[in-house]
Amino acid sequence: MIDIINLCKAFNGRPVLDTLNLTIQGGETMVIIGRSGCGKSVLLKHILGLLRPDSGQVLVDQQDVPRLDGEALQKVRMRFGLVFQGAALFDSLTVGENVGFALREHRALPAAAIEARIAEALALVGLKGIERMKPAELSGGMRKRVAIARALAIRPEYLLFDEPTTGLDPVMADIVNTLIKQLHSQLGVTVIVVTHDMVSAYKIGTRIAMLYDGRIIALGTPAEIQQTTHPVVHQFIHGEAEGPITALA
Amino acid sequence: MPWKSASRAHLTHSVQQALEHVGDRMLGFFSYLGGTSLLFGRTVVSAVTTPFRRRLAIEQMDKVGVQSVPIVFLTALFTGIVLGMQTAYQLQQIGAETYIAKIVGLSIVRELGPVLTALVVTGRVGASITAELGTMRVTEQIDALESLATSPIQYLVVPRFVALLVMLPLLTVVADVVGIFGGYLLGVYKLGISPTLYLQMTWDVIQLKDVFTGLFKSALFAMIVATVASFEGFSTTGGAEGVGRSTTLAVVVSFILIVAADCLATAVFYFVFP
Repeated sequence: MIDIINLCKAFNGRPVLDTLNLTIQGGETMVIIGRSGCGKSVLLKHILGLLRPDSGQVLVDQQDVPRLDGEALQKVRMRFGLVFQGAALFDSLTVGENVGFALREHRALPAAAIEARIAEALALVGLKGIERMKPAELSGGMRKRVAIARALAIRPEYLLFDEPTTGLDPVMADIVNTLIKQLHSQLGVTVIVVTHDMVSAYKIGTRIAMLYDGRIIALGTPAEIQQTTHPVVHQFIHGEAEGPITALA
Repeated sequence: MPWKSASRAHLTHSVQQALEHVGDRMLGFFSYLGGTSLLFGRTVVSAVTTPFRRRLAIEQMDKVGVQSVPIVFLTALFTGIVLGMQTAYQLQQIGAETYIAKIVGLSIVRELGPVLTALVVTGRVGASITAELGTMRVTEQIDALESLATSPIQYLVVPRFVALLVMLPLLTVVADVVGIFGGYLLGVYKLGISPTLYLQMTWDVIQLKDVFTGLFKSALFAMIVATVASFEGFSTTGGAEGVGRSTTLAVVVSFILIVAADCLATAVFYFVFP
């Protein structure tokens, strides 16, 4: 379980997260929606300890991530698999080296077992036999799926996705959404997805939380969110130009 | 008088703005100094306390050292020839051109070899380190490294730091030899100095201490280039434009620090260990 308590973060004096509270239950798929630049990715990076909050707590199974350092922080990070918005594959390495990176770095397994784990992770995302290719040779959708395979290779307890469907065509976006659903049900991991793609949110979310003005302003199942009367949430999920959310907000 | 109070208010505002500007600059300077010092400290600690990544370090040594040999060779050769010509021009007036061997040898080994090599390597390698790390920063590859429980300092900075620390002094030795050879070409084939005499005079004037002074300087420059280039790469923001800005800044700051450190080290060797 992840408990985010009164999390605050400001950049150059501009508050991005403002006393944010959210609890993510083990085994659920929590989708965090919100406008571009509202702080969704910042929130994900706090969960993993990639950013330090100005104040507040991020408790992962009662361990306060911002207070961890060194070995303890690395141990917590090995429980997470994060898929970045732009895939963030290491250009200088092959697909296989990317997928097996953490396993090799931490000498978690013998070489043969690592190779098997790489093949297994690539098979899970439907990309068998591309270990020797370089990231530059892959399409956007393939890069995204390799990034998912890299996150899966360490067999994480938590899978985090930052805008998994951004930049993909509708078919590829649906393939990625289906893949996330499958991974959730097959592997039983807790999934956290940040997105502004409502098709994706309704398809994969067990619960949806909306981030606005640095706080969670709505939380519920996809059905509950669809029926909300909250004007901001209503405007956002229906993609309307008119409403309380303004272009400059 | 209302105009007097308006003018006083204007003056106060201007002074306030000037002070704010100075304050911002000072803050920026100390933040830069703090950031680079912290990175240097963490790199050294990481280099001595964590397992050494031999494969990455050798890869970097190839990029930093082996691939820099041609440009260092050419720079040192032409510098040796030019230095020989300039010295000969002056010495011919007092009929003492045979002394170019001594002047070229000492100038190259103590000063020009280490400094020119460091500047050339900064332009070639320092810029490439910043551009590579900066691109990794803006494409979230450095965040990805951290998310995979790997320290970017250990994985990215330490191999580059070690490679520069090993290869820059070696490149300086190459520059020393080639620079002296440049002076030799001029002295022997243009001024007609006997080859044996030229080499004998060079050998006589250069002491082991001079070579070590040059190598010490080049190790100092290696640490400057590695730290500044990595710091600028890690601090990159703002996409492709940001990468370009960081790369330029890394080269400019390294150049200035190399020349300043050279001045300081020369003064120390001149006054403290004459």
